[in-house]
Amino acid sequence: MSDDKREHGERGKAHTDEAALSARLQRLDEELGAARSDEARGRAGRASGAWDQATPASGYARGTRLASEFVAGVVVGAGLGLLIDRALGSSPWGLIVFLLLGFAAGVLNVIRSAGDTPNGEDAGGELRDGGERRDE
Amino acid sequence: MHIDPIEQFQIKNFLPMMSVGSHQIAFNNAALYMLIIVAAVSVLFIGVTTSRALVPGRMQSLAEMTYEFVAHTLRSQTGAEGMKFFPFVFTLFMFILFANLIGLIPYSFEVMAQLVVTASLALLVFFIVVGYGLWKHGLRWFKVFVPKGVPIFVLPMIVLIEVVSFLTRPVSHSVRLFGNMLAGHIALQVFAAFVLMIGGYGILGWFGAVMPFIMIILTYALELLVAAVQAYVFAILTCIYLNDAIHPGH
Repeated sequence: MSDDKREHGERGKAHTDEAALSARLQRLDEELGAARSDEARGRAGRASGAWDQATPASGYARGTRLASEFVAGVVVGAGLGLLIDRALGSSPWGLIVFLLLGFAAGVLNVIRSAGDTPNGEDAGGELRDGGERRDE
Repeated sequence: MHIDPIEQFQIKNFLPMMSVGSHQIAFNNAALYMLIIVAAVSVLFIGVTTSRALVPGRMQSLAEMTYEFVAHTLRSQTGAEGMKFFPFVFTLFMFILFANLIGLIPYSFEVMAQLVVTASLALLVFFIVVGYGLWKHGLRWFKVFVPKGVPIFVLPMIVLIEVVSFLTRPVSHSVRLFGNMLAGHIALQVFAAFVLMIGGYGILGWFGAVMPFIMIILTYALELLVAAVQAYVFAILTCIYLNDAIHPGH
């Protein structure tokens, strides 16, 4: 398969050496890219949690990160609620509902940021930093 | 003696350029420092990479290592398709890194301690994610709000929470960088104020002032680390968010 492609690539584009070389380079780059992203996907779950454990400021960085995630959830929820109240004139209800939703979103953010559980191999792949669920 | 630790973040207008409505747009110190940052990054990277030596010199290998580092981060988060965003992520990373490092030079100005700057960057990322996701995937992009394997009767609730959670991203994305930079620079200023205040008590005060002085040195070292780490954090979060635009429904 790879030899076929190579033969084809060389016959098709081998007018100059440069063209052949660039075709080969591109093919190599594609293969490398595929290999790299496969490898990276395998450990993406752990890699995202690794950066703040690798630094001496680990606890502080982690703390502010989780706090900011949670506060952002509550603040955005309250803001959305107030906006909706102002737009629809539904005075306390929008604030109440969206404050609670924002609270839930904040908790969700925190759980996802802190995603790497002690036995991080399986859980780390599923709950990733920044809020993505991965099914692999 | 009164020393205001917030004073260093004050915006000073140099020359008013024009006015839009009643609002005056001026060239201020933040804009000046952003120009300096862009110039520094450009000069460094263009100057260093023009020689294109096969065996890189010291500076060229610095540039190549930075490239490799950001490219690896982006590729590991978004896969090979994400590499079309490489110029964007690399620009963000270098801009924030240089802003933080230049901001640490005494008497200079920390651009990233202005919420309006970090919020603009975070909103730029946010709208690129939404815009590219909708452009590339159409309405199927909204699958990003629908996690897999959730029972149908709690799904509306979960989707609402996911939407709110998605909307919080630019907030935490920008506030994290802003807060870290603001806190670090205020801490440095406060310790510096301690040195002056304690040192004002004569000979005994000079010995007392050694402690906060040591703290300044330690905090400064920590701030150098935080400057780089926060630039990296901003870049990696950008990559993670871009991954949502490229592969929704993961």
